[in-house]
Amino acid sequence: MSKRKLEEINAGSMADIAFLLLIFFLVATTMNVDKGITRILPPMPEQDQKANDIKQRNVMEIFVSKFDEIMVDKKKIDILELKDKAKKFILNQGNDVNLPEKEVKEIDLIGKYAVSKGVIAVKNDRGTTYQMYIMVQNELVRAFSEVRDELSMVKFGKDFDDLDGDQRAALAKAVPLAISESEPNTTEGGN
Amino acid sequence: MKKKGDKGTPAISTASLPDIIFMLLFFFMVSTTMKEQELKVKYTLPDATELHKLEKKSLVSYIHFGIPIESLREKFGTAPRIQLNDTYRTTQDILEFIASERDKLSEGERPAMTVSLKADGNIMMGPITDVKQELRRASALKISYAGVRIEGYGM
Repeated sequence: MSKRKLEEINAGSMADIAFLLLIFFLVATTMNVDKGITRILPPMPEQDQKANDIKQRNVMEIFVSKFDEIMVDKKKIDILELKDKAKKFILNQGNDVNLPEKEVKEIDLIGKYAVSKGVIAVKNDRGTTYQMYIMVQNELVRAFSEVRDELSMVKFGKDFDDLDGDQRAALAKAVPLAISESEPNTTEGGN
Repeated sequence: MKKKGDKGTPAISTASLPDIIFMLLFFFMVSTTMKEQELKVKYTLPDATELHKLEKKSLVSYIHFGIPIESLREKFGTAPRIQLNDTYRTTQDILEFIASERDKLSEGERPAMTVSLKADGNIMMGPITDVKQELRRASALKISYAGVRIEGYGM
């Protein structure tokens, strides 16, 4: 018997197989990551729940009309002004009597902090576009996160996003995301 | 000037080609996710800046809300429709949809369940509010309004 060398398997088609697999994955998968504004909806109100009285100064009323106009406390404003207005409302730096009250609370990791009692109430018409609604929500979230970032800088010397879980929880207590949504006007149809 | 025994340019070795392709393949396998469903609606998500990534995909249920895709427009018209799983549904079906999605998760995961609302920016808030009310009724309170990141509204 002649002594032969062990024949090597031809690996020339390996590239083709790999290409085939590659193309399969390119077609069958998606790359996009889902991003969105995360919010917690209020639970369904219970039967005999009374509307709790909130002082006028503690509420910032935002109404978005069906023509996508933004009214803050009955005055029409532009979307670009909304963030600063909300920020001013949350912070109430000069302790203005027309802006929300504050309550000094003891918070872990932060210490004594005057927590604002302010609530931003958003109301919209059924004819408001979703884009406008998201824009308003976005600007409000932005106002809150800027306030949080500033406080975080002062207390921890870092941005809010770089904090660890406990620090975040403490900050969330100091600057609660107080955005409430009421049911929209049903009187004005809108499809 | 010709060298002795020149047989043209030597062929480039393709022995490492499979390795390169495999590398690409692994990259795609790791960085992408499987398409779960065929979209039957088309939407342009609203613009926003304060977007957060949805961490665990298995905990997310999707509600698609937009106009039917072109091939189905003849049959279904251009009025905005809700898509749950693979079919067009109405607001009334959301309760059942949420219940079945919740059943798929284990007891411990249920509180972390998130609903991602992927709706077209041009839809009116009326139907969106109906969806939201229905989600509240189903006590699926964690919601994410899907959006597209932009730099800011002033630009």
